[in-house]
Amino acid sequence: MAIVLEMKGITKQFPGVLANDRISFDVEEGEIHALVGENGSGKSTLMSILYGLYRADAGEIHVRGQRVQINEPRDAINLKIGMVFQHFMLVEPLTVAENIVLGSEIKRGPFLDYDRAVAEVERLSESYGLKIDPRAKIQDLSVGLQQRVEILKALYRGAEILILDEPTAVLTPQEVDDLMEVMHNLRAKGTSIIFITHKIREVLAISDRVTVLRRGKKVGTKATADTNPQDLAEMMVGREVLLQVEKDEAKPGEDVLEVRDLVVKDSRGAYKVNGVSLTVRRGEILGIAGVEGNGQTELVECLAGLIHPESGQVFLGGKDITDWPPLRIKQAGLGYVPEDRHRRGLVLDYSIADNLILGLHTEAPFRKRFGVQDFKAIRDNAGKLVEAFDIRPPYPHQPARKLSGGNQQKVVVAREFDRNPELLICAQPTRGVDIGAIEFIHQQVVAQRDRGAAVLLVSAELDEILSLSDRIAVMYNGKIVAVLPREEADEHKLGFLMLGGRLEDYKAGGGNNVAG
Amino acid sequence: MLDKAKRIPVAVVLAPVLAVLLALIVGSAFILTVGESPFSAYKVLLQESFGSMRGFATTLQRATPLMFTGLAVAFAFRAGLFNIGAEGQLYIGAFAAAWVGFTFTGLPKIIHLPLAVMAGMIGGAIWAAVPGLLKAKFGIHEVINSIMMNYIAYFLTDWLVTGPFQGSTMIPETKRVAASATLSRLMPPTRLTTALYIAFAAAAVMYFLMWRTKLGYEIRAVGLNPTAAEYGGINVAKITVAAMAISGALAGLAGTEQILGLNNRFIQRFSPDLGFMGVAVALLGKNHPVGIILAAVLFGALQTGAAAMDRLTSVPRELITILQGVIIFFVAAEYLFTRFMKSKGEA
Ligand SMILES: Nc1ncnc2c1ncn2[C@@H]1O[C@H](COP(=O)(O)OP(=O)(O)OP(=O)(O)O)[C@@H](O)[C@H]1O
Ligand SMILES: [Mg+2]
Repeated sequence: MAIVLEMKGITKQFPGVLANDRISFDVEEGEIHALVGENGSGKSTLMSILYGLYRADAGEIHVRGQRVQINEPRDAINLKIGMVFQHFMLVEPLTVAENIVLGSEIKRGPFLDYDRAVAEVERLSESYGLKIDPRAKIQDLSVGLQQRVEILKALYRGAEILILDEPTAVLTPQEVDDLMEVMHNLRAKGTSIIFITHKIREVLAISDRVTVLRRGKKVGTKATADTNPQDLAEMMVGREVLLQVEKDEAKPGEDVLEVRDLVVKDSRGAYKVNGVSLTVRRGEILGIAGVEGNGQTELVECLAGLIHPESGQVFLGGKDITDWPPLRIKQAGLGYVPEDRHRRGLVLDYSIADNLILGLHTEAPFRKRFGVQDFKAIRDNAGKLVEAFDIRPPYPHQPARKLSGGNQQKVVVAREFDRNPELLICAQPTRGVDIGAIEFIHQQVVAQRDRGAAVLLVSAELDEILSLSDRIAVMYNGKIVAVLPREEADEHKLGFLMLGGRLEDYKAGGGNNVAG
Repeated sequence: MLDKAKRIPVAVVLAPVLAVLLALIVGSAFILTVGESPFSAYKVLLQESFGSMRGFATTLQRATPLMFTGLAVAFAFRAGLFNIGAEGQLYIGAFAAAWVGFTFTGLPKIIHLPLAVMAGMIGGAIWAAVPGLLKAKFGIHEVINSIMMNYIAYFLTDWLVTGPFQGSTMIPETKRVAASATLSRLMPPTRLTTALYIAFAAAAVMYFLMWRTKLGYEIRAVGLNPTAAEYGGINVAKITVAAMAISGALAGLAGTEQILGLNNRFIQRFSPDLGFMGVAVALLGKNHPVGIILAAVLFGALQTGAAAMDRLTSVPRELITILQGVIIFFVAAEYLFTRFMKSKGEA
């Protein structure tokens, strides 16, 4: 097959970090080429260079046999290269069609020819099998559909080489399947796709070839058919990786968290948590499985004191903490890794060191008399945690914004785990995190349990739930529909329950029919 | 962290300097159109504002209230709040200071003056706390509130100085404040007063508070990411009110300076938009205390030089207004540009 894109000897130096070190990379026509590697290994940087967001210090780019200069995204678009970012760049109040044609509008006189834009989008969505309503407003679409709009936008601009930077990180399992199908369709039409992901399963499922980066260097490119999970994991991390978590039998103690009949409404007044009761005991991990959007977010935010419940009670270590402010709950022994690290977990423009004291900044040793901060204590704390949690690059004074996603997550995890909390709530703790770091975070979660913490784990990844939990609760439509001991749960059963099936029916019907 | 505020990137310093240079170039074009040489016009301007001790003192005197309002706007801005109400807070603070100044006569200066200054700060703080509270409690945007508070302040003080507190004459102003409540002149006959020292102290306090204390940590966190601040146990509502109140106290000091240092009485609508100028000063000074002092001095110098230029050349004094406008334009343009580059880089 013909090579459509070749990057040769690409080098990019950031202050203190060699993000890309003489990387060569090529893509064939109509192939799906997976690009994988640890957090901070330089994947996004390499793709940003290809898309004209960064300028390489050295190296050449050839597109369809021609050496090209890509100085800005416009150049990339003219070369029929499109990119879909992890954080979408859509104009929320506008419609799908308006967003897609934005910047290259079909005009009638000075005005946008809206009907033709809609027709054009319909034609495009049909020919690639990307179903969408061109007249829908972006703000009303799910994340998966918004991503589809981004892909259509790239295709509308004529993209033949499509870069997808961690597209699956934000999707539910069902949406991931849909995306895979879209990628299949695109490949069949001759589009080349560069697919960045941290999930080996996805690499094996869809890619034709895979390139692995590590610490800015290319480790190698292989045909996907010639690899296996263990092999890929080793290439990424540079050592053997435990793909399975090793842990002993739980030795649960007394109840640490008790939730009674909790009801939470969202800002629009819809019931998100509808009478949830559960307990988490010292020394056990309770996993909450469920398709995202079934109330897990609201449940957890309510437990952390960030939203107020309509009714119900929450007890932490026997104390009624319902309606306590977040700081007081923290001080009563809560460690909390929020699901959205950019919105909740980090002040991106604060240094790593400053982020590592968020929520602890009111107390000694970080606060001295008269509310003056103790910078030595802040520095020492940062030095200690950066090393213990292998945050890379290890510069505590750098803004958190400059870290790769996985390392940002490690900052949050380090801060919340280091305090040895009574109750540890982890919401999607490994989202966007590489396999080496997943292994590390999983080990830390188990270590917290063994230390005697009660752990509440919320994850959309069934693998993660199954490999970490001692008990599993399934949340559907704002309710806990079942609580199972780990031994009685498997992927199939959980999947059935997560989609609204009833436990009785599963036993009775063998689990093939989804209720309601 | 310790070194964060210290190590200011080159670009941060360079950009405002560049904006000023560009503005001077644009100004040259205007000067040429009235048939004057830009060099001689700027020379007159510089000589007047920096060429003599007396000129320099005048420059500093004009800069002093701008330092206060610049600090006021910047303080709120660090908390993510746009305090466009500095003008109103300035009036309320000024009136409070004047009232203490002409009411509690007979006190020794060492008590009376600090009392009047405190009153000015408290007046401004209360006036600013109201929009802070409305924002914190009901989510009403502080820009709208503080603009409305400006109008209330104008008309309230209008009434006070034409009604209950009008001095004996028919002029809309209060009685004179007692000599024991006035700020001492540093270099007569110029009207530069010890308010300059208060301004430096205020800048130092702002620096310390913002980058050395827990309160500053919380204020900046709320400004940068309120949802993460909330997660971190910071009471966003409380910080919003506190930041507005401190901002208002600083604006109140600007009014106080005008009363106790310059006019010695509250004159109806005395302020030449000092509060609004504060926005420009904060913008040019990059919301940093040191930058604000420098920016205020620049604006003070332009105003000092304006009169001389008007007198000695055929360049009208309005050129200075144009220059100020163009500086703000370039600073704002730079701001938008870096914002744009930043969002590009994040992609
Ligand atoms: N604008 C920047 N300034 C300084 N350093 C940067 C910048 N962008 C990235 N880096 C650094 O360059 C390295 C490569 O980052 P990059 O974002 O390419 O990693 P990645 O492979 O995409 O990681 P992830 O899987 O976490 O998204 C990291 O060490 C990162 O900290
Ligand atoms: Mg990346």
